[in-house]
Amino acid sequence: MKPPPLWRRYARFFGPDPAADVKDELRFHIETKTDDLIAQGWRPDAARREAQRQFGDLRAVQRMGVQMGVRMERRRRLADYWSECLQDLRYTFRTLRRDLSFAAISILILALAIGANIAVFSVVNTLLLRPLPFPDSHQLVWIAPPPTGCGWSCSTYSADAYDEFRAQTRVYKDVTGYMAFTTADNLRLTGRGEPQPVTGIEVISNFFQVLGVQPIMGRPFTPEESYGIGGHPVTILTNAYWRRQFQADPAILGKAIDLNGTPVTVVGVLPDTFDFGAVFSPGAKTDLFVPLNLDQERTWGNIVTLIGRLKPGATVAQALDDNNRVAPDLYFSPRFPETKGRYKDRLIPVPLKDYVSGRLRRSLIALWSAVGAILLIAGVNLSNLLLSRASARAKEFAVRGALGASRGRIVRQLLMESLVLSGAGALLGLGLAMIVITWLAHQGSVALPLLSTLRIDGQAIGWTVLIAVFTAVLFGLVPGMRMASGNLQEVLKDSGPGAGLGRKHERVRSILVITEVALACVLLVSAGLLLRSFLKVLDVDLGFQPDRAASVKVDYDDNAPTGNASALKRGVIFQQIITRVSALPGVEAAGMADYLPLGPNREWDSPVPQGKTFSPGELPDPLVYVVTPGFIRAMGIRLRGRDFTWADGPTSERVVLINASAARVYWPGENAVDKILTDGDQKLHVIGVVDDVHEENVEASTGSQIYYPATQAGPAGAQLVIRTSLPPSSLAPGVLHALRELNPKQPSAEFRPIQTIVDRAVSPRRFFMLLVGAFAGLGLLLAALGIYGVISYSVTQKTQEIGVRMALGASAGRVRRDVLLRTLRLALIGIVLGTAASIGAARLIASLLFATSPWDAVTYLWMVAALVSVALLSGYLPARRASQIEPMAALRNN
Amino acid sequence: MAFEKAKIDKAKLELVRGTLDVLILKALIWGPLHGYAITSLIHRQSDEALLVEEGTLYPALWRLESKKLVEAEWGLSENNRKAKFYSLTREGRTHLRSETKTWEAYAAAVAKVLTATQPPLPDEA
Repeated sequence: MKPPPLWRRYARFFGPDPAADVKDELRFHIETKTDDLIAQGWRPDAARREAQRQFGDLRAVQRMGVQMGVRMERRRRLADYWSECLQDLRYTFRTLRRDLSFAAISILILALAIGANIAVFSVVNTLLLRPLPFPDSHQLVWIAPPPTGCGWSCSTYSADAYDEFRAQTRVYKDVTGYMAFTTADNLRLTGRGEPQPVTGIEVISNFFQVLGVQPIMGRPFTPEESYGIGGHPVTILTNAYWRRQFQADPAILGKAIDLNGTPVTVVGVLPDTFDFGAVFSPGAKTDLFVPLNLDQERTWGNIVTLIGRLKPGATVAQALDDNNRVAPDLYFSPRFPETKGRYKDRLIPVPLKDYVSGRLRRSLIALWSAVGAILLIAGVNLSNLLLSRASARAKEFAVRGALGASRGRIVRQLLMESLVLSGAGALLGLGLAMIVITWLAHQGSVALPLLSTLRIDGQAIGWTVLIAVFTAVLFGLVPGMRMASGNLQEVLKDSGPGAGLGRKHERVRSILVITEVALACVLLVSAGLLLRSFLKVLDVDLGFQPDRAASVKVDYDDNAPTGNASALKRGVIFQQIITRVSALPGVEAAGMADYLPLGPNREWDSPVPQGKTFSPGELPDPLVYVVTPGFIRAMGIRLRGRDFTWADGPTSERVVLINASAARVYWPGENAVDKILTDGDQKLHVIGVVDDVHEENVEASTGSQIYYPATQAGPAGAQLVIRTSLPPSSLAPGVLHALRELNPKQPSAEFRPIQTIVDRAVSPRRFFMLLVGAFAGLGLLLAALGIYGVISYSVTQKTQEIGVRMALGASAGRVRRDVLLRTLRLALIGIVLGTAASIGAARLIASLLFATSPWDAVTYLWMVAALVSVALLSGYLPARRASQIEPMAALRNN
Repeated sequence: MAFEKAKIDKAKLELVRGTLDVLILKALIWGPLHGYAITSLIHRQSDEALLVEEGTLYPALWRLESKKLVEAEWGLSENNRKAKFYSLTREGRTHLRSETKTWEAYAAAVAKVLTATQPPLPDEA
């Protein structure tokens, strides 16, 4: 084989052509064959024909060849592309290694921004986007009227109403519910060493079937178990409790455990994917479930929540129609015909998902926007860093261009660099996010739903890849395009370090920094407004003094044949406990209540002020607390009038305390103390008026409340509240010891400072405030970095100019002032734009604010002050450097 | 021998499936060749017993090229025509070695069976 002559090598001048190759190759074959045949003595035309005949189907072979050639060509091109990419990648690593500090800073910035984004995405995904962890969870609806002042009692239904509703509706596959008034540690596990407090939720027997939760062992409850038939008490354990308390005993089924002294058979263990607390009462732990005995609890009033599973294809609107059809016929209790229609318009279905996390939608969207802003700021910073690097590397690219690198190839190289940076940042960010997410998932004290189900999943990783690529492309492309479009000759000619491009770049960089400042501004204002709201919330007069008080759940046995006897017995026990505990050193006051503020609550029928008539519905139903003497003082609730005493017994005059709101409703403008309320034929003597206590949350205003003495009305349990001059936790052993002495069955319950109840109530707000605050801080830091980068770079660029000015007599102070003024100008433009944007953003978060105007001047002033001082700070270092330039050195340097 | 020769029609000796590739690779071991030269080389080397048809040769060559067992380059033939020359790649060489071994083992085994004069001994077990 000889190499072809030079002129013949250009046959494929316009790129590879597989079809022509095949044709040429086959033609050569035929021609050579013909030559051979002629040499053997054939006539030329006969020889050609013979050659073609021998070949057979030339066209078919040719077609096949073209096909294969095209495929091969495509593959070759792809291989070339990848090998070029690999080359770019290797080159990228080499250049980044050479500039480690640049790489480290960019990766760190990106990691923080991307990490924050992943973490928030996971939270948003879990709480808002992902369906609830139940099969076909879109079919599940929560049935309750919109929240009103009267708490849980208004969003629950009687056992009779439940049965009737379930029987009459047509859109639901099935309806279930659970007992809404369960307090934490409501049961006692005995027979295994010290009595252990247990939280057991009473659920209607079809609860797990309706939700679609399959026990991992055993069975769900049977319908008989809801109606107390069959007689034998049973329970289903949560996975966590089974592991914790029973060491995951695989043979637990059929075993009996002692709950409140009764043997209860374990019939099932739930999967660990089911977390009742995470969905229905955020932050609360649940240990086990027992079937709700509907027959036994028929007389207890509104007790069950309603959860329905719609038939396939049924919509929430259809469910509402159906509910409205059924509701007017429902009785609160058929024994009282006048209660028919009480639930009219009060059976409103909402998707369960909306019930669980709908309230958080706005907060989450705000949070998501905040991290989006962080990503933008980080991206702009990256752009800035890349630009300054690009200027420094202008020569390198000019040389590459001159040597034949196409513009596309150079852009690809720059893109590869930003992809590598953002990829590394994303990887590191993913690590950071995992730490944050794991930490968040274990924040039991934050009352947010589904938080315990947080995890980094495939979607989160997909999101990571998406934002990493987005960041790289958007923020890597700008400098890339600018770089590649530079005038090669200009750069090559110019002996300075990219002096020609410097000016042009400076404009872009200034715009980028202004954007950064404006975004930081929006973040700061949002965070500031949320912080001020949070402080306002903390300042809310709760109606009681949470500090220096603690509570513990008390177990007691007041079983007696009649209500009065039971009240007497209870009175004696309670008085004993309180006397004993009050005698402990450091205890200032002690008292008990069945429900504590900011927790579960309930209402009873409303009493009426004596001698007045109200139309039905005019009097709000008050929330009811059954308390002992001393409770009001122990909680630090202000009281006008007198507290209950132990003398207020079952046979003495009926007495109550009402809160200020109730007093205003019952006797507007009058002193309510010593007035009389009537409840049926009972007269209730109002012996005092107490301040409004926030019953459900810190932020909403309170409604009517009424306190009954535990010696006259039946409490739903007993929480002992102790006010102390010592740290509450130091009292715990003494108090528990005293309780145990009086009642050996007293479980070793948790000693809870009242402050933690308040903290829990404000925890969602604190959570969002802290996150947005952290993002604002991050934004400020990144903006500072951006300002510093730009000013510092421009000082380096202008070294010569500054040198000349100083040689001509400009003082160091003058130079410094000029640089600082330039910094300030950038910052101020950013602040002006940012303020305008902030006003828009503040309107969007207005509904998240508490007692704070979205135009809160203080917040805006703080934001301006913070940004200006940060700008000055980050401008100061370059300014000082500028003022220290040696004129001669600067001039000689070029 | 005369008897045998008469039985085998040289030109129609069908190539056993899969042997064409290894023959092409073997032909190229002496140096780069174009397609026409490969057929004639195989033809001559087999004492004119094997004739590779063009209709199968070129697809086979292209297949080998796409498998990177051979590579192609344009050059000038003996008669100064532009021709596509194929040469062995390193993988091609390795492939040829292993295929040759396989083929030899196969041929030996087939020969053993076909030339057997008595049935195999019964199994010990």
